[in-house]
Amino acid sequence: MTQLALVIDLNVCVGCHACVTSCKEWNTSGSAGPLCDDNPYGAGPTGTFFNRVQTYEVGEFPNTETVHFPKSCLHCEDPPCVPVCPTGASYKRDKDGIVLVDYDKCIGCRYCSWACPYGVREIDEHQKVMKKCTLCVDRIYDESLPESERKPACVLACPTSARLFGDVHDPQSEVSIAIREEGGYALMPEWGTKPSNHYLPRRKTRLHIHEDELVRADNPLKKEQREHAAPVDAPTLDDSTSW
Amino acid sequence: MSNIHVAEAAPEGSYEVKNTTCYMCACRCGIRVTLRDGEVRYIQGNPDHPLNKGVICAKGASGIMKQYSPARLTRPLRRKEGTERGAAEFEPISWDEAFEIMETRLKKLRATDPKKFALFTGRDQMQALTGLFAKQFGTPNYAAHGGFCSVNMATGMIYTIGGSFWEFGGPDLDRAKLFVMIGTAEDHHSNPMKIAISRFKRNGGRFISVNPVRSGYSAIADEWVPIKPGTDGALLLAIIHELIKQGLYDRDFLVKYTNAAELVNRDESSDAFGLFVRREDMDVEEGCFDPQNKLWWDRLTDQPVSTLTEDADPFLLGEYTLEDGTPVKPAFQLLKERVEQYTPEWAASITGIPAETIRRLAHEMGIVARDEKIELPIAWTDVWGKDHETVTGNPVAFHAMRGLAAHSNGFQTIRALSILMTLLGTIDRPGGFRHKAPFPRPIPPCAKTPKGPEGVKPDTPLAGMPLGWPADPNDLFVDDKGEPVRIDKAFSWEYPLSAHGLMHNVITNAWRQDPYPIDTLFIFMANMAWNSTMNTDEVRKMLNDKDDNGEYRIPFIIVADAFESEMTAFADLILPDTTYLERHDVMSMLDRPISEFDGPVDSVRIPVLPPTGECRPFQEVLIELGTRLKLPAFVKEDGSRKYRDYPDFIVNYETEPGSGIGFLAGWRGKGGEKFMKGEPNPSQWEMYEKNNCVYHYELPKSYQYMRNWNQGYLRWAQEHRLTRYDEPINCHIYSEVLQKFRLAAQGKRPGKQPPAHLRQRIETHFDPLPFYFEPLESSLTDKHKYPLNAITQRPMAMYHSWDSQNAWLRQIHTYNYLYVHPSLGARHGFNDGDWIWVESMHGKVRCMCRFSEAVEPGTVWTWNAIGKSRGAWRLSPDADEANKGFLLNHLISEELPAHDAGEHVSNSDPVTGQAGWYDVRVRVYKARPDEPKVTAPQFAPMPALPGTGRTPKWLAFFAGRFTKKSA
Amino acid sequence: MHPAFSVIFLTTLIGVGQGLFLAIFTGQSYSAVELLPSEDSVAFYGTGAMIALGFLVAGLIASVFHLGRPERAWRAASQWRTSWLSREVIALPVLMFLVFLYGVMHFFGWDTVLFTSPTGARLQVTLVVGTLGAIATFALFLCTGMIYAAVKFLQEWASPLTVINYLLLGTMSGFTLATAFASLTAPDLVHFFGVWTTLITLAAFVTRFASLVRNARIKYKSSIQTAIGIRHSQIQQKSMGFMGGSVNTRDFFHHKSPQFLRTVKLLFLLLAFFAPLILLWVGMEQNHSGILLAAFVVQYLGLVAERWFFFAQANHPQNLYYQTV
Ligand SMILES: Nc1nc2c(c(=O)[nH]1)N[C@H]1C(S)=C(S)[C@@H](COP(=O)(O)OP(=O)(O)OC[C@H]3O[C@@H](n4cnc5c(=O)[nH]c(N)nc54)[C@H](O)[C@@H]3O)O[C@H]1N2
Ligand SMILES: Nc1nc2c(c(=O)[nH]1)N[C@H]1C(S)=C(S)[C@@H](COP(=O)(O)OP(=O)(O)OC[C@H]3O[C@@H](n4cnc5c(=O)[nH]c(N)nc54)[C@H](O)[C@@H]3O)O[C@H]1N2
Ligand code: SF4
Ligand code: SF4
Ligand code: SF4
Ligand code: SF4
Ligand code: SF4
Ligand SMILES: [Mo]
Repeated sequence: MTQLALVIDLNVCVGCHACVTSCKEWNTSGSAGPLCDDNPYGAGPTGTFFNRVQTYEVGEFPNTETVHFPKSCLHCEDPPCVPVCPTGASYKRDKDGIVLVDYDKCIGCRYCSWACPYGVREIDEHQKVMKKCTLCVDRIYDESLPESERKPACVLACPTSARLFGDVHDPQSEVSIAIREEGGYALMPEWGTKPSNHYLPRRKTRLHIHEDELVRADNPLKKEQREHAAPVDAPTLDDSTSW
Repeated sequence: MSNIHVAEAAPEGSYEVKNTTCYMCACRCGIRVTLRDGEVRYIQGNPDHPLNKGVICAKGASGIMKQYSPARLTRPLRRKEGTERGAAEFEPISWDEAFEIMETRLKKLRATDPKKFALFTGRDQMQALTGLFAKQFGTPNYAAHGGFCSVNMATGMIYTIGGSFWEFGGPDLDRAKLFVMIGTAEDHHSNPMKIAISRFKRNGGRFISVNPVRSGYSAIADEWVPIKPGTDGALLLAIIHELIKQGLYDRDFLVKYTNAAELVNRDESSDAFGLFVRREDMDVEEGCFDPQNKLWWDRLTDQPVSTLTEDADPFLLGEYTLEDGTPVKPAFQLLKERVEQYTPEWAASITGIPAETIRRLAHEMGIVARDEKIELPIAWTDVWGKDHETVTGNPVAFHAMRGLAAHSNGFQTIRALSILMTLLGTIDRPGGFRHKAPFPRPIPPCAKTPKGPEGVKPDTPLAGMPLGWPADPNDLFVDDKGEPVRIDKAFSWEYPLSAHGLMHNVITNAWRQDPYPIDTLFIFMANMAWNSTMNTDEVRKMLNDKDDNGEYRIPFIIVADAFESEMTAFADLILPDTTYLERHDVMSMLDRPISEFDGPVDSVRIPVLPPTGECRPFQEVLIELGTRLKLPAFVKEDGSRKYRDYPDFIVNYETEPGSGIGFLAGWRGKGGEKFMKGEPNPSQWEMYEKNNCVYHYELPKSYQYMRNWNQGYLRWAQEHRLTRYDEPINCHIYSEVLQKFRLAAQGKRPGKQPPAHLRQRIETHFDPLPFYFEPLESSLTDKHKYPLNAITQRPMAMYHSWDSQNAWLRQIHTYNYLYVHPSLGARHGFNDGDWIWVESMHGKVRCMCRFSEAVEPGTVWTWNAIGKSRGAWRLSPDADEANKGFLLNHLISEELPAHDAGEHVSNSDPVTGQAGWYDVRVRVYKARPDEPKVTAPQFAPMPALPGTGRTPKWLAFFAGRFTKKSA
Repeated sequence: MHPAFSVIFLTTLIGVGQGLFLAIFTGQSYSAVELLPSEDSVAFYGTGAMIALGFLVAGLIASVFHLGRPERAWRAASQWRTSWLSREVIALPVLMFLVFLYGVMHFFGWDTVLFTSPTGARLQVTLVVGTLGAIATFALFLCTGMIYAAVKFLQEWASPLTVINYLLLGTMSGFTLATAFASLTAPDLVHFFGVWTTLITLAAFVTRFASLVRNARIKYKSSIQTAIGIRHSQIQQKSMGFMGGSVNTRDFFHHKSPQFLRTVKLLFLLLAFFAPLILLWVGMEQNHSGILLAAFVVQYLGLVAERWFFFAQANHPQNLYYQTV
């Protein structure tokens, strides 16, 4: 069975928010739209976004790591948000594991958002229905798009390619390999939601320098010694020994 | 909501897809715009574009909200008779009226004293056109943002290696193994840099970031080296010290491709002291290049020889005496002596970086450069005719930007960095620094300003470029008394190498009428009443100030902008520009193209939407104005209109009649068969359109490296008129250009002499070798009172001040905090999130603080230009930008406190005039509990300008006029 | 969580309705086995049921304010297999129907005796309907309680105590109201209800207090470390990625001080349990309907506070992601 998902590589995410606004622009005019904004030009502007990028600091100066952390619906394999929905508006597709909301059925009771530990569902305060990441379901199957663009908007946008997209159930997929080989992990594993989206941790490249790499025979400084050969006629031991 | 639940179905409507070039920032990515029923439905990165390869950024993806922003200006406006400037009371007028006003006024100025017209442009990308206009008008008073931006980066590197970071070159991260990024937050090359860094990391490269703050790019560095602001010079010099001490430099490279081995006159009594010893017996052609008639001291024969003598191998170190008794030393010896004092221990005390770390950094650089050499099987021929089987490279790459540039010691710091890169042998080689066309240029480049007031004449084009690259003191643009000719005092003894002008001093100088009063100040695309001016509060008053006769001290101000910025309030005349989606535009080889390492690239914008309201592309406005003023470039012999419009101008304009050089390099020649040079091609626009709006010429592999010395490349560049000469461009470890200025200051040179009060300043700062000094502002500050450094940096999701009108982006940054290390809070009794004051010797600002472990504890910082003046940008008066957002510029002065060099010296680098944004010293303390919880200072709210849009309480953007979904 | 007033009123109002119905029905059951005299079917059983129905309807109306799209509320019945909310949506109208039927039958005296036991106890039709109603009432309590108790990562709620509390607190408020109601319509039942009310109130206090004690000792399973998957003792959020707030900052947090929370806790303990008990006994002693009614009103206010606190105290793990603007 297919389970489509995103894998987010924290090792290269620079926190640029490209995935945030490209998601917004794609989806506001797509099948999941519009994504409303309140007070767009006033105090406390606030709106519906499917994807947000947060920033954390780990450790203390000077050993601080700054971690940019994008988060959207994780399309859990065992999504607690789905069974609680009284209308069936929230559902998980058998076909590809995408968790979606059917706006025509949703009554806006918010119960599914209570049932999501990750805080990724956002009710639309104007349409009064629950919204969330659709994994760009209206892009990824759109045959009018070139194959290479049948990917979520955020994935296409991401300048660092920190966002990988694919089938985490296919062991040969790029995403599965990344999870396997780069230590991919799930968020809040304690709740057994089995998020399909995974995160790849920071990895560090270090350099080790051996002492003998500093002093070498080919050190260019050696070329700078001026040869001061002493005159041949100056005194030497040769003038005063008899052995 | 009929078909919403069909999750996969696209809403119906008629779709169109068009390519153009983004301009949500100066990176200029290729974009693909999908329209539904004529409205923007989706803006994505163009996958076929060489720059961004399909990706986009947060700003680029928010173009829709810029296009439909209520803050857009849509009508020409005139300040209402009898109202005060700054009160922002305007009445709409027609374009005809607007042109008449400008024509009458400017015609008179041109006929009398053209320098009374000043044209200054901000974060634009059309300096080729605006510069042409100014030159044709005959005013020297023209500059773009470079002077307050990063001219230190441009000059420091171009005067050393003939090219620079910024838009002219960059790190080759495809092949580098070690990457050191210094003082960069986002930079112009936003998307390409991100693409490159992530690929670099994935390929196992090691990434080190030197920055007082760990944000953005630095976040993903393998190692963060926190440094105290303004002290990078000390770090770099100590690294050079260690590299030389350990012999970790590329000797071969230094000998062949730099002036390291060239002999410098050390006879203090001589007027040629500090200059290279030149062979008088060699014939040298005159020109803008560096004649090779210099000497080495040969190791093998132990005597002086001409540089590059076959079989000779020069000493880099030592001291020698020429036959005529002149003591000489190789330039490298002088460098070694210079850095003797700059030990890692010394630097540790200044930079806050442990000496051990500095040493290790030096070793990492030196060892990776030496031991991980790259050898590419690419045969090439050097400019001296020698064939090489391979191209080699030392894979240590650097990148740096305003963290170095925006300090008053930045020029020398960047010289030090360029020299470090040269010592490691990384110039235009794989894995190191790579040029982008039209660079490399001669050191310094050929363009020059007029050399005196006689260059400015009524009704005559300027006798030179408004901006240029002085090669010696006689190139300065000063009068007989050594006083400046330009209003910003660029190219004067105060800032001799100010290659980009000093935009940050224009208003102050014009207001003080020093060196002279001007009449009309024309500002295009710059928010000089807010974020691109220092000392914002006072400058706003100057814009409004009147003389004793009740006349404005700056009599007339024209602002061409696309939005209701803070600057528009101070205009007498406002010209509404189009957005990037509505106009033709070029990223020209004459300006700052988007070239790649592998060859020249230029690109265009082609409108995807019609102009909004009465907006008119500023390009069209300039051409119309130029035509009305009968500026020679814009009219025929008989004075009649030469160009129908801007697209026509771009196709048909040639730098000189028949030169074949125009704004666009691609598809020249009658049928588009030529490039770089060729007759105008009437279908040039269509050809760009068909090719993703970009022209990319990939140089043959053998021309792609070592371009400073690559015979094939240099000849190609000369043939295609990128350069005048095909002479080698050797790196200037030792800068004779600087030494000439120093000699002039010492009275040892004929020709132009600095005024007495500036002699010391020139003598000190025009040091031919890099040196470290404390930034000028700090050295004039009481550091016990103001112990902290305050800096800003760019947020990736906002462009300067202009994105606050963007409904999506402003949700990400709607106000800003001052980031401080928690120890400051502990010391001064405030908590995370508290309201505090941050105060410099020039002013104070109330703001909120945010504790952070990712900042050097002696530094405080904030995101740049998030705070706004109340009511500007069509934000409601209670918007967070004006209540909680703040602007650090209030704390930064455009002038230094009076000192030896004078009373009104710019707060800038003494060599280049680069604005010292990041030199300010501050203290912080808690705001009293009874103080209002809003930012200070505050300004009177700006009213909505006529023609701007309605600001709805909520938005539900859905593209497609006829398929709007019911909410 | 952010206490939404619609949900506070929904749960407290139907609680009263459910409790009142249970009380009335308890009264009838006792009289059916002749432990109590039987009452006037119109004035007591009929009106009582209608008042209970009134509360249920009021609760339903309150719930409408919680729904974004109430016109589609009917759809909410479809997922009874998995959703406690859906089950509640079914149980509530079923109960309302039964209560209505129960009331109407009493009003119109449709009360055929189906069966009389040798001891003389009579099985009336209304008793059958009432029993079904009682079952529905318990089912509804179960559903309502489970809506909260089933969200396992809302650890304050994920406990059987949540269901028990919904049951006991609702029943308690209904019995208090029944006592006051009886003082007007069936004075001989006042003591009967008064004693029951007292017992239930004490039981409710014990279980509610138990949940407070339990909640004070919760070890949260989620932490910032598990939330972002980084093992380090010092992690701090510096930005949540947007500054003007979002549904996630509004719906899941009360935005009140800990002090305020403590005050509400004391207030509800006082108003929901102790004050009504005192008023109840004073009212019974003095045989004063006004005071008995006051006992109910005070208790109801206490329950509103209790419900506010119930929501506010629940710590949603999503808040780990929304700590710093
Ligand atoms: N404290 C502090 N201040 C700084 C800096 C810093 O680091 N710290 N950085 C400095 C630097 S490097 C720079 S480059 C400057 C930038 O400063 P500015 O050049 O002033 O940049 P913006 O604030 O973006 O203002 C540009 C103006 O262009 C307008 N605009 C946008 N799009 C268009 C268009 O299509 N057409 C026209 N006609 N106008 C348009 C905007 O509305 C805005 O008014 O800021 C400087 N100021
Ligand atoms: N998103 C976005 N992109 C932009 C812009 C924008 O406004 N928004 N502006 C564009 C413009 S005009 C410019 S000029 C470029 C500028 O691009 P950058 O040079 O990247 O911009 P700054 O934000 O000035 O960043 C300077 C960095 O230097 C650090 N720094 C400050 N002082 C020192 C120091 O003394 N030493 C060291 N080592 N580091 C220091 C700061 O912490 C910061 O990280 O960006 C361009 N790109
Ligand atoms: S992340 Fe939340 S909304 Fe998405 S599937 Fe999992 S539980 Fe549901
Ligand atoms: S808000 Fe909509 S999707 Fe969520 S539980 Fe309620 S009905 Fe289902
Ligand atoms: S997959 Fe699509 S909907 Fe989900 S976060 Fe990415 S862009 Fe948004
Ligand atoms: S677009 Fe990519 S790099 Fe940028 S914030 Fe999103 S995941 Fe990170
Ligand atoms: S980096 Fe600049 S040019 Fe490129 S997409 Fe972003 S805003 Fe547009
Ligand atoms: Mo800049």
